[in-house]
Parts: sequence; C-alpha cells; structure tokens
Amino acid sequence: MTPAVLEIESTPEIETVRLLDAGPATEAQRPHWEAFQASPVPVRNEEAWRFSNLKALDLARFTAAQPLDESAREELLGRSVGVPATAGRMVFANDALVAREILADTLKQKGVLWLPLEQALAEHGDLVRSRFMREEAILGGARFAALHASQVRAGTFLYVPKGVEIDLPIEAFHWLSGENASVFPHTLIVAEANSKVTMLDYFESADSQAPGFACGVNDLWLGDGAQVTYVCAQNWSHQALGVQINSTVVGRDAKARVLTVNTGCRYFRSESVSHLRAPGGSSDMLAVTVAEDAQEIDQRTFQIHEAPNTSSDLLYKNALDNSARTIFSGLIRVSPGAHKTDAYQKVRNLLLSDEAEANSMPGLEIEADDVRCTHGATSGQIEEEELFYLLSRGIPLKESQRLIVHGFLEEVLERLAAPAIAERLGGQLHEKFDAKH
Amino acid sequence: MSTELLDPAQQIDIDRTVGDFRYDVKHEFDAGVGLDHSTIDYISGVKGEPDWIREWRHKALDVFLSKPMPTNWASKDLENIVFENIRYYLAGGQKPSRSWEDVPEDMKRTFERLGIPEQERKFLAGVEAQFDSEAVYSNIKAAVGEQGVIFCGSTEGLIKHPEIFKKWFGKVIPTGDNKFSALNSAVFSGGSFIYVPPGVKVKHPLQAYFRINAENFGQFERTLIIADEGSEVMYMEGCTAPKFETATLHSAVVELVAMKGAKIQYVTVQNWSPNVFNLVTKRAIAHEEAEVKWIDCNIGSRLTMKYPGVVLKGRKARGEVISIALASDGQHQDTGAKMIHAADETTSNIVSKSISIGEGRATYRGLVHVPKHLKGCKNNTECDALLINSHSRTDTYPAITVRGTGNACQHEASVSQISEEQIFYMMSRGLTEAQAMSLSVNGFVNDLVRQFPMEYSVELKRLIDLEMEGSVG
Repeated sequence: MTPAVLEIESTPEIETVRLLDAGPATEAQRPHWEAFQASPVPVRNEEAWRFSNLKALDLARFTAAQPLDESAREELLGRSVGVPATAGRMVFANDALVAREILADTLKQKGVLWLPLEQALAEHGDLVRSRFMREEAILGGARFAALHASQVRAGTFLYVPKGVEIDLPIEAFHWLSGENASVFPHTLIVAEANSKVTMLDYFESADSQAPGFACGVNDLWLGDGAQVTYVCAQNWSHQALGVQINSTVVGRDAKARVLTVNTGCRYFRSESVSHLRAPGGSSDMLAVTVAEDAQEIDQRTFQIHEAPNTSSDLLYKNALDNSARTIFSGLIRVSPGAHKTDAYQKVRNLLLSDEAEANSMPGLEIEADDVRCTHGATSGQIEEEELFYLLSRGIPLKESQRLIVHGFLEEVLERLAAPAIAERLGGQLHEKFDAKH
Repeated sequence: MSTELLDPAQQIDIDRTVGDFRYDVKHEFDAGVGLDHSTIDYISGVKGEPDWIREWRHKALDVFLSKPMPTNWASKDLENIVFENIRYYLAGGQKPSRSWEDVPEDMKRTFERLGIPEQERKFLAGVEAQFDSEAVYSNIKAAVGEQGVIFCGSTEGLIKHPEIFKKWFGKVIPTGDNKFSALNSAVFSGGSFIYVPPGVKVKHPLQAYFRINAENFGQFERTLIIADEGSEVMYMEGCTAPKFETATLHSAVVELVAMKGAKIQYVTVQNWSPNVFNLVTKRAIAHEEAEVKWIDCNIGSRLTMKYPGVVLKGRKARGEVISIALASDGQHQDTGAKMIHAADETTSNIVSKSISIGEGRATYRGLVHVPKHLKGCKNNTECDALLINSHSRTDTYPAITVRGTGNACQHEASVSQISEEQIFYMMSRGLTEAQAMSLSVNGFVNDLVRQFPMEYSVELKRLIDLEMEGSVG
C-alpha cells in the first residue's frame, strides 16, 4: 500500500495572523482561550520556573500555521521515516492530516479506534471528551495547556479495548513548517484493562533552523493491567520554542513506559506526570537529550504515588555541548497510605564543553513510612581513563569521545527492550551528535 | 525552684525541661513591642553605637520592610509570625561581666540551671553566655587572650575593634540576602565576635549559649568569626529556651571568614522549645586552602529554616556541612546546605541525616553551584531520611548547577524506615521496643554523631533516646 497524500482543496494563501490575536480555533474552545488570556505569565521567582530562561517563552512573534501546498505535503510525507515495521501511521503537517495508513490487522480488530482527533471528536465525542485533558497541568505549564486546548485541531486518538494487544508500534508524525508558525499536536491514548500498545510521536520541522512554536499535550490512560509504551521523539527546529505536557494515569497492576528523546528546539520545556492511582501500578519515565549550541532543555517531572505497592523508575540523561543548558526538576511524592512504594529517580549529566551548564533539582516528598525511595543526580565529564583506554587502542580522539557519548545515552534506549525503536531513536541522537564531532 | 511551671504530662520531655524555666527578670532596657525606625534609634542609642552602624540599621530596616516573605518556596507557617507583636530589644543594661560574681543573682540562677560554670570548668576556653539580647557573662581564658585571640560580644567588637570588624561585617551575608538577614541587620544585638590572629591554633573550643527568656521576644544575635591566615578555631553553640504559649522568633546571622589556610569548625546544637521560629542565615567565606566545617544539629523549635553555606573563594578551599535533624510532632526542620564554588580545585561535602517522628516533618534543601570555567571542583551530597511513623513526612529539594567539563558533582538521597526485622531481632533479645528503636536511630546517625565534640555527642545520643521514648506505641 503506497501512502497517498490526502486530497485537500487547495487553499489560497491566507493572511498571517499573530497567534496572540488568533482567538480560539473553534467557538467551542473559547473558554480555553479565555483561560489562556487570563493566566499569568510565568515569573522568575516561581519554583516551577526556577533556572528557566523566561525570555524564551515570549509568544509575540509566532503566527497561526499556514496550510501547505501539495508538493510541500508530498515532500514532508517522504521525509517521515519511522521504524521499519509498524501497525499504522499518521502524518500531520501544520496541524492538518497529510496521510493515514492502517497496516496491521490488529489495528482493524473490532473495537480498536485509531483516528485523527477531529474525526474522533465527531464520531466518538463522549468517549474522547471523557478523557480529553482531564488531568491538570500541575508543573507550571497551565498557561500552555490552556493555549493548547484553545488551539488544538490535530492529533491522534487511540482507543484499545479490553484485552487487545497490538504488537507492532503505531506512529504519528507532526511537522512544523514556515517561519514563526505554530502547531499544537495532541495525543490521547486510552488503553483498557489488559490491553497492550506502543505508540511513537515524531516531532519534526521542515526547516531545522526556522523559528517556530510547538505546544503539545499527550495524555495516557492505563486501565487495570494495561501496558503502554509511549515515545516522544522531539526534533523540532533548533530555533523553535517547544512545550510538551504529558500526564500518565496508571491503573491497578498496569505498566506505563514513557520515553522522550530530545534533539530539537532552542528552548524546550517538558512536563511529565505519572499518577500511580491503584495498587501494583508501575511507571518508567525515561528521557535522553543531546543539547548543543545555545539549546536549553527544561524538563520537569512528577512521580505521584497515591496507592500502596506502586513503583516508579525515572532515568534522565543529558549530554551537553557548547553553551547548552539543561534543567531537570523532578519530584517523587508518596502520599499518606501509599505504603510499599518503590520509587527511583536518577538524572545524569555529561558535560562536553566548558560553557555547558546542567541544573538538577531532584526532589522527594514522602508522607508514608514503609517505602523505598532513592534519588541521585550526577554531573561530570568524560572520564580520562575511559578516553585513554580507547586512545591506546588506536581510536582517534573524536571517535573515542563519540563512542563514549553514545554508550552513555544507549543505556536509556535499551530500557525500551525494543531494538528496532531503539535503533531509530539512536539514529536521531547520533545524527545530531555526529554532525559536529 | 520554679518546678511549678512544669507540666507533669511533659515529664518525659526531659531534654526540653532542662531549659524550661523562667525567672521574672526586670529588663532595664526594653524597646517595647513592634518595629519601626524609632525602635532602631532606641536600640542604637542604648548600646551607644557609632553613627555608621545606626545608619546601617536604618537601611536594613527599609530592606526588611520591602522584601516579601519567601513563601513562594518556604513553609506557609511563616505567615503566622506577627512582627508587630515581637519585642526587638531587651537588655539588662550592664556591660558584659568578666567575673561570675558580677552577674546579677536572678540571671545567675538561670545560668546555673544551664550548667555554664560546670561547662567552663571542663575544658572551655571562654564562655560567652547570651541572656536575652546582651552577653552578660564574658570570660576568656588567659591563655587564649595572650595568644591575641579576641572573643567578645558583637557590640563590643564593633566598638573596640572597628578596623577588623568593619572589614568583614555584612560582607559574607549582605543585608539584602533574605528578609530575615535584613531583619537581623536592623535589630541585631548580642552574638559573638572572634578574631584569631595568623598562625594561632585555639586548642579548646570557644563556646556560647543563647537563650530566649522573655515571652514574645525575638532574638537577633549576630556572630562574626575571622580566622586569619593559618589559624584554627572551633566554635560551639548550644541552645535551650523556656516554653511559652505564643510564638517566639529567633533570627540570627552568622558570618565566618577563613583566610588562607585557616580552619573553622562551627558546631550548633539547637534545641529551642517547640514554639520558636528559628530562621537563621549562616554563611562562610573560605579563602585559598582554607577549610570550613559546619556541624549542625537541629532537635527543637517549631519551624527551623537554616542552610549553612560556604563560599569557596580561594583555590583548594574546602567546605563541609554535617547535618542532623530530628522532627517530632508539630515540628518542621527545614534544613540543608549551600556550597558556592568560586575557585578551581575547591571541594565540598554535604552529609545530611534526618529523622521524622510522629507528625514531624523534615526537609532537606540544598544548593550546589559550580559556575563557569572552573577546574577540578568536586561536590558530594548525601541525604538520608528515616521515617518512624506513618504520619511523618520527609522532603528533599536539592538544586545543583554545574558548568564546564572539569568538575564533578554527585547527589544521592534515600528514604527508609526502621526495619521491622531489626526491631524484632532486638526485642527477641530482651530489649523493649523503645530501646530497640533508640538503638536503630542512634545507629542511623552514629557516623555523624561521632564527628561532634565528645560532650555534644553524648548529649545528642541522650536527646535522641528521650525523643524516641514518647514515639513508640
């Protein structure tokens, strides 16, 4: 089956509208627009924005995205390369659907819904609305969540009924095209009891140096015993402002795994929350970042244990070069009564230049006593000994450094236990890192 | 004696009752309740201070009034401090006494219960006992004085030794550092001034006691310690305070300056009564190859916020914070450490252990900063928390900033509870549950307690035992 660009009536060039003057995308979204306009702009002394470069958050220059002509859509579709074998794929450009392919029979199984958000709202409105942005953005990004809710048009809705397992991963590409354009990708996954699915979002810019704005939200709902792996491969333009807000709600004995791979954006803000609401649930939170030049990657996480016998395991790794900055602020909260919680949090920064700066704020709030909670944060550089070993084996310096950095990052990707996906994501990381080294 | 003031139900709380007594002391000088610029003039006038310090206080008051409460990150409990209801200055009106006989009888009785003369007999080089605002008893052992060591109250220091005092006063902790350092700068009285000349190694620890005696009375001592090149000094501070119904504020500022190659150890055992807000700013500057070590133990108070810091300003300077916090019912110990690396090859170490009992809450808050272009800086941070009851709470909020490739920072924290197996094992060997718990807790903090001076570590273990007695069952 050859993917075909969907027919869209050719639209004449419309006037550029400033995002801040745009108003809501539809009348139904007006309350969100009003909430956005009423929400305070983050200020310096807010803990949720500590160390953040607030200047980067100025939205004044961004505009509503323009529809793309067919050749541009064709080109972006051609560049949408994910993993070799998938169950299905959707491609969006500037918040409009470009292509949708359903490949695996499991996706056609009775009851599985995998739809563009607009279609899902039209055909399964009650189901979508019952889960759409139900979790508040509690890590400082409420203003951006409101903006997203007021603008969102494109995205994927995936509903996996009870007991259905989808073996191959499902993919969605979101392209941002045009100087200062903005997009609002949305992903909503509802996995019913004992279902299993893996989904990947790829965030890409048509021009890797064009300024732009991407403000995405993804919500994952795991029923009892469900297993969901969600990957966000963030490769927006190096001049883009990106905000991504995630919430994962984990049911009884369910298993969530979220991995974010960051190579793009001038400033990227990621907020990720795991709600462990029922006994036996577990959540793996993973991220790997290669930041260089003046990139700033600002990641905030929250592991909320609300029920006994839950576990969470966070591993974030950052490799920083040139004058890149990273911020990691993570909190583990164990609520009263959430006994036998097992929570782990680790952030590791590898600094490759004298100008790079890593900020780490690993936090704990423990209100139950029968728990095992540990966190760790390290910041360091390539070990002389490791480098010496490789050099003594005749490997040139640049290559040795490259190998060490790859090895450092690889550990996170291996945690997926999915070699094909790890290879695709590794490629994204290496491409960026190797371009300079 | 004043045993009628003791609540029989609190008998178990022996550690606190050591300081839980109060005599009616007639304060000759009393600045009244509340704070405005006339209070500053009053304090400065009574103390006979030079004009520069009066001006300095007035400016500090403006800074204090202009600064918001740090409740954007700190406990909302701070809002319960009513600044208008606090007395900012009280003093007996006399100069610090050199001999025990000169001390007024009623104050002497208070000190005798605190055991100061005994302490002195043991091995202390000098005693600087602060009763309310002023040091009323000040004595330096002849041997120390002969070495050229200056050990006196802060007021005496700024009047008699302005050439040393002015150079560093307010330089380590500027007035505007935070709201409470500004408050202290405006109304400070009491505290110690120590100067150790180059090369002098003070063999015995210098010691001061601070007490809060009058109800609704804030205590704002100001301590400045300067250890000149190659010198060494250890300073110990222990606190007890009587119990009162309404909240009392204690807001000290402690500045340490360790010149090239100098070593300073500052030991605190804080056991304020559970109505005290203890909001203290402590910071040191360590010059080249200097070492500063804060040993900090917080057992009492309602809310303590204290993050001793070291600015590692010279090459190869070293900073260390060893911290133990014990939070019982109704208490919030919000403690931690700050390490600012500002030179190559500087190293810092933070070890923090906290124990939360009953509904107590312990918080570790840390800051480690390694700015650009430094080489060979190292930081190690370890925070361990022990929870003893399902209602207790512990938090950890470190912030670590590292720039550049030549440095290494690591932070580790863990939270655990006393193992049921351990308790079972000890009880099967005939220990009571309380004894078993005490033993476990003492084991948890043992490696830190051993770093305290002997008499403190003994006292500390006893305090932990007593705290544990009420917590089981």
